[in-house]
Amino acid sequence: MSEATAQKIPVTVLTGYLGAGKTTLLNRILSENHGKKYAVIVNEFGEIGIDNDLIIGADEEVFEMNNGCICCTVRGDLVRIMEGLMKRKGKFDAIIVETTGLADPAPVAQTFFVDEDVQKNARLDAVVTVADAKWLSDRLKDAPEAKNQIAFADVIVLNKIDLVSKGELAEVEARIRAINPYAKLHRTERCSVALADVLDRGAFDLDRILDIEPDFLNADDHDHDHHHHGHDHHHDHDHGHGLKHYHDEDMQSLSLKSDKPLDPNVFMPWLQNLVQVEGGKILRSKGILAFHDDDDRYVFQGVHMMLEGNHQRKWKDGEPRESRLVFIGRELPQDLIRQGFESCIVS
Amino acid sequence: MKEFTPPADSASIVSVTERVKPLALGMVVTSVHFLGNRAAFVGGEENVAFVDGQGEISKVAVHSGGILSAASDGKRLVMGGDDGKVVSLDTKGEVTLLATDPKRRWIDAVALHPDGAYAWSAGKTAFFKSGKSEEKSLEVPSTVGGLAFAPKGQRLAIAHYNGATLWFPNMEGSAEFLPWAGSHLGVTFSPDNKFLVTTMHESALHGWRLADNRHMRMTGYPGRVRSMSWSAGGKALATSGADTVILWPFASKDGPMGKEPAMLAPLQARVSMVACHPKNDIFAAGYSDGTVLMVRLEDGAEILVRRNGTPPVAALAWNAKGTLLAFADENGDGGLLEL
Repeated sequence: MSEATAQKIPVTVLTGYLGAGKTTLLNRILSENHGKKYAVIVNEFGEIGIDNDLIIGADEEVFEMNNGCICCTVRGDLVRIMEGLMKRKGKFDAIIVETTGLADPAPVAQTFFVDEDVQKNARLDAVVTVADAKWLSDRLKDAPEAKNQIAFADVIVLNKIDLVSKGELAEVEARIRAINPYAKLHRTERCSVALADVLDRGAFDLDRILDIEPDFLNADDHDHDHHHHGHDHHHDHDHGHGLKHYHDEDMQSLSLKSDKPLDPNVFMPWLQNLVQVEGGKILRSKGILAFHDDDDRYVFQGVHMMLEGNHQRKWKDGEPRESRLVFIGRELPQDLIRQGFESCIVS
Repeated sequence: MKEFTPPADSASIVSVTERVKPLALGMVVTSVHFLGNRAAFVGGEENVAFVDGQGEISKVAVHSGGILSAASDGKRLVMGGDDGKVVSLDTKGEVTLLATDPKRRWIDAVALHPDGAYAWSAGKTAFFKSGKSEEKSLEVPSTVGGLAFAPKGQRLAIAHYNGATLWFPNMEGSAEFLPWAGSHLGVTFSPDNKFLVTTMHESALHGWRLADNRHMRMTGYPGRVRSMSWSAGGKALATSGADTVILWPFASKDGPMGKEPAMLAPLQARVSMVACHPKNDIFAAGYSDGTVLMVRLEDGAEILVRRNGTPPVAALAWNAKGTLLAFADENGDGGLLEL
């Protein structure tokens, strides 16, 4: 982590559908003996029992940026609150933003990329989604917000597992994985997850894109080619390891891989254009890229239309120079993305 | 002003840095205002630091938490805090509690009328209080970004998302909405009461000519505009947000419509604060690298007040007579210059 990144105050976004256990997790974070002080931004001020010195009520005011980018929405109230909090620098070590059960995490995340002043002082650490093992399967069918929160998550705390059978647990996990195979998933009762598993994840830190996601390397093992199936509803099929596999009609992930180098002069415009055109559908994107005639690894990550990327480090000796990309989104034009990616490969 | 005479042939900038009384305020500073003959530096939290002509510092506790907003008319300083309180500080250093938000919400914005009336906001609601009359309030569609009183009459401008609202608090049903897409944060009336200008979350200003609500778009800034100051007589509006001070012409009845702004005092740093001299066509500018300059509007001639190499200048103000200039950077290292 660079020095500048280290000095920025980490922000954890806590999402989850109503009743999943967000407040339980929040209180655990605050009450545990970690010697850290948190500023907590909650959506309904004074209505939930949270014991913390620095607690701020937010209004979840989402607005569009006037930059011609329709899905570029930010939380105006967060911009204001962050500005106020920065006057009290040194009084807290980290910030937790709790969203309402119905909130879309994207505007919260985008606030930390779009706003110059917010970006100067704070860095988004991770989106943590608390899910109710008993009810999530139902919510994924009837509540688009719940699906968004799962798709967006870096960490999923699958809570209340004591209230479901093994079979039900397997089913809900399979449904989560159908949407987001990359998030770290923790099964809990009363949100009893190790705090190190939810805090200080560096999920948006380009330098840690790989370190925190061993699943990412094996992404292809879980990725099944569905686009040619032409099926209708959540159909299940057995993969021989006893786990049901679900396909979510609405929200998917797509992983791409190539062991041949990419042409940066083709890839960069293609990616930029892809998120410009399809950014409304793409919730999250990440990638590690091997460019032609380039000894450095290039990493990028994105939220909707917003992308950030950089040369990360030299490829190590013996390290396979592979490019890997992941997109999570709604009704992703998978064939189009796949074809576009393949056209970037240097033949 | 005889101090402001840069020699025509000088290769290097004229400097008055050695005449500045240095101040170590020892706190985060967010603004400075003159109360009587003392400079009052508003801290990031809890305190205001008074500095007299000798450079003596005395601190006064005003809030039990962060200080989010401040406005002054030279006789008193009204502040809003994250403790949900609106307080006033007078020239003697006496603190008066003006209002407490019942839910202890943050007091995001305050404004002060020359006749003693004051306004503040918490969330979407703007409040107004004048003398002994009852407190009045108006709810706007989204969180209030900024408040400003008109120079004439008891009229309050409220900046918010998608525009600004003009309100005569003493007239029922008088709220008038001036729409413009985007998030409006700061707001100011021109001294002649003809124009309203807002700073936006985007790197731009927006203005309305109040006679016909015609729009004025003032764009092209590389960064968000945080500081605006009207030149003496309201002929120009000086603004921060670029690597030069941007001055929009307001002398004609059309304001800056169809005109280019003047760009003065370019540096390799972003302008963070501007403060126009109250009487002469001179302004002071503070930069993101800590530099403070005095600049003549007429020809852009510059005098160096403070060298670079510190955090951004966060506070900059003249006293009412224009004989004292006070400034400080974010970390509370500042100075007082007597002219």
